Amino acid sequence: MTTIALLLITGLGLGALYFLIAAGLSLIWGLMRVLNFAHGAFFTVAAYAGWSASGLAGGASPEVQWLLALAVAVLAGGAFATLTEVLLIRPLYTRHVGQVLVTVGLALATISLVQGGFGSDPKRLALPAWMTGTIAIAGANIPTTRLVVIAFALAVFALLIFFLRRTRFGLIVRAGVENRAMVQALGIDVQRAFTLVFAIGGAAAGLAGMLAGTYYGTIDPGRGTSMLIFAFIVVIIGGLGSVTGSAVAAIVVGVLQQFLNFYGAAGVGDFSVVLLLAVVLLVRPGGFSGSST
Amino acid sequence: MRAAVLIGALIVFAALPFAGFSIPGLFEGTLGGPGTLNLLGLCFVFGALALTYDLVFGYVGLLSFGHALYFATGVYVTAIAVTRWHWSLPAALLLTAVVSVVLPLVLGAVCLRMRDIPFAMVTLAFAQAGSILVAQNPFGLTGGEEGLALGGDTLPAFLVGVANTRNLYWIALVLLIAIYVVAWRAVNSPPGRVWQAIRENERRVAVIGLNPYLYKLGAFVLSAFLASACGVAYLLLQGGANPQVTTADFTLALLVMVVLGGVGTLWGAVLGGVVYEYLDFRLVALSNTSAVQALPGILRVPLSEPLFLLGVLFILLVLFVPGGLGGALRRRLPA
Amino acid sequence: MSAPATLLAVRDLNVYLAESHILQGVSFDVVAGGITGLLGRNGVGKTTTLRGILGLVPRTGSVTLEGAETTKLPTHEIVRRGVAYVPEDRDVFAGLTVEENLRLAERAGAPHRYDLVYELFPELQQRAAQKAGTLSGGQQQMVALARALLNGDNRILLIDEPTKGLAPLVVRHVVDALRRAAEIATILLVEQNLSVAHSLVRNVIVLDQGRVSFTGEVDHLMGDPALARRHLGLATAGSH
Repeated sequence: MTTIALLLITGLGLGALYFLIAAGLSLIWGLMRVLNFAHGAFFTVAAYAGWSASGLAGGASPEVQWLLALAVAVLAGGAFATLTEVLLIRPLYTRHVGQVLVTVGLALATISLVQGGFGSDPKRLALPAWMTGTIAIAGANIPTTRLVVIAFALAVFALLIFFLRRTRFGLIVRAGVENRAMVQALGIDVQRAFTLVFAIGGAAAGLAGMLAGTYYGTIDPGRGTSMLIFAFIVVIIGGLGSVTGSAVAAIVVGVLQQFLNFYGAAGVGDFSVVLLLAVVLLVRPGGFSGSST
Repeated sequence: MRAAVLIGALIVFAALPFAGFSIPGLFEGTLGGPGTLNLLGLCFVFGALALTYDLVFGYVGLLSFGHALYFATGVYVTAIAVTRWHWSLPAALLLTAVVSVVLPLVLGAVCLRMRDIPFAMVTLAFAQAGSILVAQNPFGLTGGEEGLALGGDTLPAFLVGVANTRNLYWIALVLLIAIYVVAWRAVNSPPGRVWQAIRENERRVAVIGLNPYLYKLGAFVLSAFLASACGVAYLLLQGGANPQVTTADFTLALLVMVVLGGVGTLWGAVLGGVVYEYLDFRLVALSNTSAVQALPGILRVPLSEPLFLLGVLFILLVLFVPGGLGGALRRRLPA
Repeated sequence: MSAPATLLAVRDLNVYLAESHILQGVSFDVVAGGITGLLGRNGVGKTTTLRGILGLVPRTGSVTLEGAETTKLPTHEIVRRGVAYVPEDRDVFAGLTVEENLRLAERAGAPHRYDLVYELFPELQQRAAQKAGTLSGGQQQMVALARALLNGDNRILLIDEPTKGLAPLVVRHVVDALRRAAEIATILLVEQNLSVAHSLVRNVIVLDQGRVSFTGEVDHLMGDPALARRHLGLATAGSH
């Protein structure tokens, strides 16, 4: 029972990270039909920016360091994503494959730059003392970081749903995911929504980068890419363009991965997630309706 | 005129191992020496590999993110059969050939049920599964993170040892030529024309009564099989298998190669593969020179990372030169 | 009587889609006020003409709205100048509620004519919180029309086959709504249903194989069987 509780919550924690990455990816795909490979780069750059900021504030308390790192990561992710959309994605508006390719190139260039500048060894992240312990739940000792990550993901989920359901931009995004041309035909400049969606996605990815660092205790250049692939799988299973779908799929994928990695052998869980994707895609009749809530 | 240039180039390359002089700056050591031959051999392998990817991406229009998987099949199946099971090389090659047809047939049958982005994602997912599988070192076969050195008593002598690098070089050259010919014949054949029609407008192909699915599957299996052959040559040149070739990064590098050289042109893809591998190699050497090491960090770091330079080059190409190097060259050279 | 003002002028509109030259130099004027019909057989380019005016398909040629050239503008800018579009497939946002569909159509700076919209289509007010995807075809058509009528400063409504696939009772409702709409905005109406067209429009533009083959008054066209057969490809009885 305690093992189950531990696996469940750890799985939820992993799922929380996937969700943070997948939500942005899903909206970007749903609205702009762009497969954003650079999302992993947003994740990584933001994580390192946050880590550097935390290091710069070395004199302050670990709480302040951590919060600063978080804030910097979110801002860095959002800024980087905005620049990417304006400089690289927008000029390629008519060239769909070109947009995907340019994100591939950006991912390649950015991550290797980070690796060159910081080295490939993982860097320790300074955590507040109360986060390094465990909390007893259902008899299991759950690392507090898992709960922190889950809490943030829930908050972001609530914020995103609020944004989509209650703001005009959210309305535009929801409509645009369904039918971009008709939104234009109502006199709305969808382009501004594109930039906003990219920025939101980047900020969420940045948060994920920092929270992953919290979850694992370290940051490294390769994690963005490996998490990105699972995030893609989550996006597809959850339905392209759907934030709620991403949330549900993220939970399923995270928990499944944890359980199978534990009860099977290491790697079995990862493998099964891939199989799950194949099954889902085969069962769904090929179409992906966009609905962003 | 193009044919004459091509044949001339082939003769030059074939005769290269006998060259005693060197071209400093371009290659270290003499042209005929093992260092250069190994590099060129790898360039040929990557040129051929880029070509196989161009078949499926440039000609049929299938954005596959899992091509590395089939390359890795060639590398790992042969390595395992020879090193772990002590099979003879011909037997190992036969096994590899069979796997290289069955695996893409099965996976392709599943992946091709989808189109465009979902297709790309499933191919990526399967490749990722393969990568995980290799890293797990099941039954101690793959060597996990450390890779698998090609060893053993069953390898023919003429393929082993630094002195025989020239043999591997020639094998790579022959591979490139063979794959080019196969690709050229395939693309200009009736099925090849259907491929290109599918790339333009798949619905119209279905309307004429042809089954696009079968044609796509055919192209998929063919390119995978050829990629696997490249994997075997790579294994021989490198003397071992390493899990890097199973990663998504590797397939993305293939994408970069093909776009670099020009999508949908055979020799463009070859050019892209050759240039990419060359740059990847030489940029590392360049970055280790004292000149670069002396630069301030902000310049030195980007210049020391070949992938950074390649990534930037790639972005610039996509933005400004969509036809790739091949396209740009084609505009300058007479047909 | 002074000559009616030209609201929309299309000159030499050419549209290529895939490999077909769908519109081959289409030119016509739409006068301000009332309903002008855009007729023609199936596949002749009527929908493409509307989309070309809006910039939803790549085109060459020139389109001017009240004398100002709109050809270089992106679609949303053209719409902001007072051009509303009711597409053939209605294109309501299925995942949004009726109320959200309408709210999305609100343009800043324009008077929002909810009074008119709810008067013409009271059902929409009743079903405001219903997801548009669950509406019937006729109700979705009302949403689509309502969107176009919402902004009180719209100069011209481009309406594409609003009665397609609708039951006769609903068709009558739509026709009444269009008549009311014509009181406040000019309408360019594509319609396959010739009896509807005849009852609504005064002037017609007929397309044939990507070109304009006839412009004039609808009574003139419909009243002359030979003319009707030549341009519309059928034998229309003069009585409706």
